[in-house]
Amino acid sequence: MRPEVRSYDLAAGGLRSLNQTLHDLPAETELLHWKVLAPQGAHAIACGLTVPITVEIDGHVGYYCAGMNQRATVIIQGNAGVGVAENMMSGLVHVRGNASQSAAASGHGGLLVIDGDASARCGISMKGISIVVKGSVGHMSAFMAQAGDLVVCGDAGEGLGDSIYEARLFVRGKVQELGTDCREQEMTAAEREALAGLLAQAGCQARPEEFRRYGSARELYNFHIDHAGKY
Amino acid sequence: MCGIVGLFLKNRSWNPRLGEYFSEMLECLSSRGPDSAGFAVYGSSARAGSTKFTLYHRAPDYPWEKVAASLQEASGATTPWEQLSTHAVFLVPEPEAAARAVLRRDHPEVKVMSVGQRIQIMKEVGTPAEVIDRFHVREMSGTHAIGHTRMATESAVTTAGSHPFSTGPDLCLVHNGSLSNHNNVRRNLRREGIEFETDNDSEVAAGYIASRLRRGESLQAALEQALDDLDGFFTFAVGTRDGFAVLRDRIACKPAVMAETQDYVAMASEYRSLVSLPGIEAARLWEPEPATVYHWRIADAP
Repeated sequence: MRPEVRSYDLAAGGLRSLNQTLHDLPAETELLHWKVLAPQGAHAIACGLTVPITVEIDGHVGYYCAGMNQRATVIIQGNAGVGVAENMMSGLVHVRGNASQSAAASGHGGLLVIDGDASARCGISMKGISIVVKGSVGHMSAFMAQAGDLVVCGDAGEGLGDSIYEARLFVRGKVQELGTDCREQEMTAAEREALAGLLAQAGCQARPEEFRRYGSARELYNFHIDHAGKY
Repeated sequence: MCGIVGLFLKNRSWNPRLGEYFSEMLECLSSRGPDSAGFAVYGSSARAGSTKFTLYHRAPDYPWEKVAASLQEASGATTPWEQLSTHAVFLVPEPEAAARAVLRRDHPEVKVMSVGQRIQIMKEVGTPAEVIDRFHVREMSGTHAIGHTRMATESAVTTAGSHPFSTGPDLCLVHNGSLSNHNNVRRNLRREGIEFETDNDSEVAAGYIASRLRRGESLQAALEQALDDLDGFFTFAVGTRDGFAVLRDRIACKPAVMAETQDYVAMASEYRSLVSLPGIEAARLWEPEPATVYHWRIADAP
């Protein structure tokens, strides 16, 4: 039996009513598949979801789409504005187009897949989320990243991984410039396996051996007067 | 916060609908700036030998006919004019400096909003929707328009502190962001003879570009140099008699999105401001790169 798809016309029904409807779904809901029509760049679509439903958005979205997501799958059939999947806890967010700044900012868990490019500060302060960008990322990506994996199939802009803690960064193309305290590091067998898993989950054809691995040099963990200029 | 928009038409048959498309874009950004709104429209050229002056006085019943009489008496030529709410547009015989001197002498209470062959700047305190209605923006035609919705953060909510700012003929600038070295830059520009009307940081950016253009630099070169000389956060949209440009600073934390089709180039702080444009579904959409000048020119400015 084909699961029922509920359609919601955002232009007609409004944002609050959509988000409220999705928030009111019980954990055991049978309404598993939702389609949002006419998003027209609206902000905060499908934020704060907590049940394992799939929400497909039929066009470009504005800021903070799918923010704080838990367990749900949110598919954006277009571009996403600032802060897509910010502070995501779990689940999957898939952007079919490009993403603006600060994608997955502060994300704790789950997977964000971006088919196109992400602009500046992708994965800023990430705390455990996995991010796969099939295109390139802008400057200051993974700034102060604490945990999680950022996979970039294209190039990375300047300041990659500036002031990074323990997140792992994998870049296939060129890195314009590494940020302070971010270094290229040996990729262990376990990491190569983890990378292969993420590429497979994201439906990406790239091979793990084409990537370089970057991470923290751990020189800025504790204040040291010789490093004063680097902070 | 603030919202900025720019619409530059490539298809000349669209000129009569510039105001209509532009108004939709501007009104959509009310949420980014409900305090005041303003716009510059580049319409038809003033007739040869004359310049378009857009003047402002806060009183809606200000006796503009007295201004017309003074200008006419000084130049000896007829001075057609038209009132739009708190603003009035005068076609003044050249030289421009003579008209400025008459205004300063006889009507110091009147403020010059813009001067040029094509530009017309109007701005007011109020929501974008109110400002659009008041100045009948929907009916305006032209080749390009630039607008701003202001959420004031660093200076008072006044008409004078509203954008766009103009500090040179046919030049205007709108700004989303804040500049940190504007006092120094203003001081240097004043020495060069650039006049400022407010303490506003964005007016300094407009003055900076006017100063560069006055030295014969191209708009492209002036904006590239601005990246080194202006410190702070900015997304700028700039209009000239026949050009339109967009620039973001190196950090690029102030948003901007652009769309281009064969009929137009449009920029806005947020994508939702572009959704009302015809053909947007098939437009090329992109986020302007940091520290990169985007510039378009009209070959056949009317």
